Amino acid sequence: MALKIPRHEMPCQEPAVRAHNFDEVALGYTEEMAVEEAKRCLQCKKPTCRSGCPVEVLIPDFIKQVAEGDFLAAAVTLKEKNSLPAICGRVCPQETQCESRCILGKKGEPVAIGRLERFVADYEIKFGESHGEKPAPTGKKVAIIGGGPSGLACAGDLAKSGHGVTVFEALHVAGGVLMYGIPQFRLPKEIVQTEINNLKEMGVEIRTNEVVGKITSVDELMASGGYDAVFIGTGAGLPYFMGIPGENLLGVYSANEFLTRTNLMKGYKFPEYATPIKVGKKVAVLGAGNVAMDGARTALRLGAEEVSIVYRRSREEMPARAEEAHHAEEEGINFRLLTNPVALHGDEKGWVKSMTCLRYELGEPDASGRRSPVPIPGSEFELEVDTVVVAIGQGPNPLVTKSTPGLELNRRGNIVADPETLATSKAGVFAGGDIVTGAATVILAMGAGKKAAASINAYLNGENRSH
Amino acid sequence: MHLYQVVKRRQLAPAIVLFEVEAPRVAAKVKPGQFVIVRMDEKSERIPLTVMDFNRERGTITIVVQDVGYSSCMINNLQEGSSFLDFVGPLGVPSDIENYGTVVCMGGGLGIAPIYPIARALREAGNHVISILGARTADLLILREEMAAVSDEVVIVTDDGSLGTKGYHSTGLDQILAQGHKVEVIWAIGPMVMMRAVARYTKTLGIKTIVSMNPIMVDGTGMCGACRVKVGEETKFACVDGPEFDGHLVDFELAMQRLAFYKDEENRAKAHGACGQEGGH
Repeated sequence: MALKIPRHEMPCQEPAVRAHNFDEVALGYTEEMAVEEAKRCLQCKKPTCRSGCPVEVLIPDFIKQVAEGDFLAAAVTLKEKNSLPAICGRVCPQETQCESRCILGKKGEPVAIGRLERFVADYEIKFGESHGEKPAPTGKKVAIIGGGPSGLACAGDLAKSGHGVTVFEALHVAGGVLMYGIPQFRLPKEIVQTEINNLKEMGVEIRTNEVVGKITSVDELMASGGYDAVFIGTGAGLPYFMGIPGENLLGVYSANEFLTRTNLMKGYKFPEYATPIKVGKKVAVLGAGNVAMDGARTALRLGAEEVSIVYRRSREEMPARAEEAHHAEEEGINFRLLTNPVALHGDEKGWVKSMTCLRYELGEPDASGRRSPVPIPGSEFELEVDTVVVAIGQGPNPLVTKSTPGLELNRRGNIVADPETLATSKAGVFAGGDIVTGAATVILAMGAGKKAAASINAYLNGENRSH
Repeated sequence: MHLYQVVKRRQLAPAIVLFEVEAPRVAAKVKPGQFVIVRMDEKSERIPLTVMDFNRERGTITIVVQDVGYSSCMINNLQEGSSFLDFVGPLGVPSDIENYGTVVCMGGGLGIAPIYPIARALREAGNHVISILGARTADLLILREEMAAVSDEVVIVTDDGSLGTKGYHSTGLDQILAQGHKVEVIWAIGPMVMMRAVARYTKTLGIKTIVSMNPIMVDGTGMCGACRVKVGEETKFACVDGPEFDGHLVDFELAMQRLAFYKDEENRAKAHGACGQEGGH
């Protein structure tokens, strides 16, 4: 029976319309759609979907409650494992996680777990009441450095355990990449702030405008700040450039700057908001990950006429989620694949005007298992551009690591943490998310934050799981 | 008590205002050469400002702001008792203060403000501090008394000769060298053209010269790379690697070009808002 119901598509804004606004692209299920979709779930006795989830959400349980129309109960179930479901429902790569393990997916299409998660979380935001019950305080204090996905997830779990939690956030608002990086049209900032407000209601203190490494340090927090443990979740906040001539020309942005101006500072509402963002007519975005897709789609919405993803490998190797690439393509982004710039050129005032590119072909698989791109000799050509967004990845921001003596780093500058406990080389200091793994996904960072919270809990209870 | 409240406002020159701001945690840690980033309200830019003074007991930071456009005009309209929404710091690497012997601290225009705590710290470290203060004209020469109090000698130069010697910072430096001083290090802070001119001149003299760059920034923590400065063959981020660099290695032409990134938008902002319309003093 259940198999006969097809997977429900989620309503979206039309590509031609959405390419010119910053409103959310996906509109979410209606109640009817959610119930119908939830009824597709086979309620497996041994649910494989859960093993695909980095935070092991009780997937069949919450879906059953959706099928029964008890959406608020479903939200409670969801939140048992995931304190930020409205965010995860939007930005998790479900197709490679939970949904990839769904039995229905073997013969047809998997249950739309991500869309149901999103529906339930949004329903709760709209109709739910604050639970407000605070656990008995343990008297222990934990400092969390970085208010991004890993820090927030860690904060949520620690607060649930009754510890006093303070999040130190360098920017003027918490959320990290959820606020500065992921665009409004993919993850509305109001949703992020609602989730953060929930954490505040649980008793989490968020101190914005505090750059650890400058205004205080890990050692100081533990010595005189009265914190019993520290979690470092400072992310991958150091933009990489290509290292090719012309990268300092006007019109050349790191993806971080381009997205921060637009999202965090609301440059898309300039001049009502005072931070400007400048985009020309012909935009090249270098790289093909999710950040590159966000940059390209943002450029289009800011009024660019022609936006290209420039990537030296082929479609198959693109690191972006299939859905993001698909949305970008629908909106009219060009994909200039097997192409890579070797130099940028400027006009007399220093504005970028073109890129010299090389064409590539795919050779043997490299260390990452992907076929490595090989430049074709003599294939140089000029591409006219007036804006370039460099989205080739980010490294670890060194502000905290450099100011913390005794913290072991790897040669890339990432913090070395025990894979099981996320304990670092310093007693009482834990780390997780991109600062440990290098740039990855929101949900992996959140998973790490939760894992660290469990270890910190054990550490504070004297279970000596770490040091 | 509200955080980041303006406890003192003082007009230093027609478009230049000094603000003493309550920010105890920043004041506890700040060192000469560092900067803060401020925001007025929800819709404001993040504006980097080099620290002019700090008082650890009172828990205050002093900044000096020149009205050069929309956002700086908005700030300068703040009155005593009102507050900044955000005030982040201390940011950047502090000045390298040690006993060098004889040092020259050059401040040009608004640049006299950030040179002030550096001169004071250098003097406290035992240096013989000679300050060269320059401005276009006498009215714009700020903080004379304050600088005199932290310098062993002060030389004043103005473009039009309305105060001190007519000429530039190099004119002042020539005077000092003519008196037989052996200058070990120079700090030069001011408009890009002034720092470029000083650096070019001192390179020929072989005197180490440190400049403080003020590029466009957003986060101030090394996250966005807007503040890229070419120093020798390397690209540096002024917010985390600077703001001070070896003036003989900085590519000033590029730095000046990059300051013009949002010139068109600046004009749009002025047209949109009630502020900054007669900016550019």
